[in-house]
Amino acid sequence: MPLQGNLRDFSTTQLLNLINLAGKTGTLSIFEGVKTNDKDAMGKPKMIPGAERARVGFKTGKLIAATLGGQDGNLVSVLNKTGKLTDDQARIIRERARNTSDKALALLLINANYVTQRDVVSSIQQHTLEVVYNLLAWNEGPFRFEDNTLPPPDRILVPIDLENVIIEGARRIKEIEQLNSHLPNLDMALKFPDNPREKFKGIHLSVEEWRVVSFVNPKNTIRQIAKANNMSEIEIRRIVYGLEQAGLVELVKPPGMADTLPRTGAGRPGIRPPQVPETVVRKLIDRIRQI
Amino acid sequence: MQTVKMVITGPFSSGKTEFISSISEIDVVKTERSVTTPGEKAVKDATTVAMDFGRITVDDDLVLYLFGTPGQRRFDFMWEILAEGMLGFVVMVDSTKPETFREAKSILETFRAYAPTPYVVAANKQDMEDAWNTDDLRIALRIEEGIKLLPCVANDKESVKTVLLELLYSILEEMES
Repeated sequence: MPLQGNLRDFSTTQLLNLINLAGKTGTLSIFEGVKTNDKDAMGKPKMIPGAERARVGFKTGKLIAATLGGQDGNLVSVLNKTGKLTDDQARIIRERARNTSDKALALLLINANYVTQRDVVSSIQQHTLEVVYNLLAWNEGPFRFEDNTLPPPDRILVPIDLENVIIEGARRIKEIEQLNSHLPNLDMALKFPDNPREKFKGIHLSVEEWRVVSFVNPKNTIRQIAKANNMSEIEIRRIVYGLEQAGLVELVKPPGMADTLPRTGAGRPGIRPPQVPETVVRKLIDRIRQI
Repeated sequence: MQTVKMVITGPFSSGKTEFISSISEIDVVKTERSVTTPGEKAVKDATTVAMDFGRITVDDDLVLYLFGTPGQRRFDFMWEILAEGMLGFVVMVDSTKPETFREAKSILETFRAYAPTPYVVAANKQDMEDAWNTDDLRIALRIEEGIKLLPCVANDKESVKTVLLELLYSILEEMES
């Protein structure tokens, strides 16, 4: 079953996080949204997919390829864009190697000393990341994730860990309101997830992120961490958002904080659960089993 | 006679009324009104404004009441009243409507704040082709590993029974711990 929805309800960052955590293999397509007269369940205009805006490939939770609609994304274009081939070189190669696959072309270019293997890998990686960072800023448009669909076999695929992409994407998210709504309570604390060693393997954190990570402890509130590091509320929110989205930290209630979460409405104090004996619950279980 | 209460909550059109109807021994007492906004009307014609009410009699001394909350935010003044004294709650999510996931999570947090009672999340409409699977939903809704997220088809009695039983098992586990 494909995953489908709209970026206004489920953001690109959330999608990348889901794909990363679930270790998915497949292709994510994002489309122009064509508004219809129908409304969705939240009363917003329903959108159907129009032209494809971007296509991103993943293999076992890693980013492997990305192209924007209207771009061919082939190796010559990518090397030209990253300055490894001049415009003239790119034009000549395009003419002479029109029917050559990317993989075969890469070998030819490396053997002819036009580029090195490292140039090829870094250029493709840079291109893929630019596309993904671009679409991280999109906040509307239908999407569809098709399981087990991969880019054509002639494409060169460079696996990239999504945690770093998500962190960098979060760095680029400027909307303060979004950060505020995600983390409204700075009196929460942070803890490491299970297997933190595994999660941090190969992760490149900025100095500021390391400073926050060094204070991660369920006893320290986020506000205290910000104060200790001389960071503003926005700075700490941005860093915690990135770390949390990448699955490197989790929000927890610090010791001593009220057991119930903040109430959303005014009114009476928190409701106490009823005192029901265990025998009553067992009777309910037996009865429902019989229905 | 002792009565115990469970609450079935979730966003608009997530299947709460259907869930209760599938298992209640009485015709569900519905407090529905015609939907007024065009967006909601596109989804269904009538909506629950106060509560749905179902009953399961255990014996002469014990009755379980199932209360379904109104799904629309403008009726949320009813939620806290319904949450009073609940043994546990079920959060219904329409697995085919990602536009409601954020709302579902918000309702879940609100009910958690009302009372620290056990709860389960029911991923409804799992029989539909475009339903998100439960593993993806767990990540999308950020449901902790220890919380049960169960596949559900609200008009299938067996599926509803499973959800209620899992909630009761969670309540029992908490009592025993």
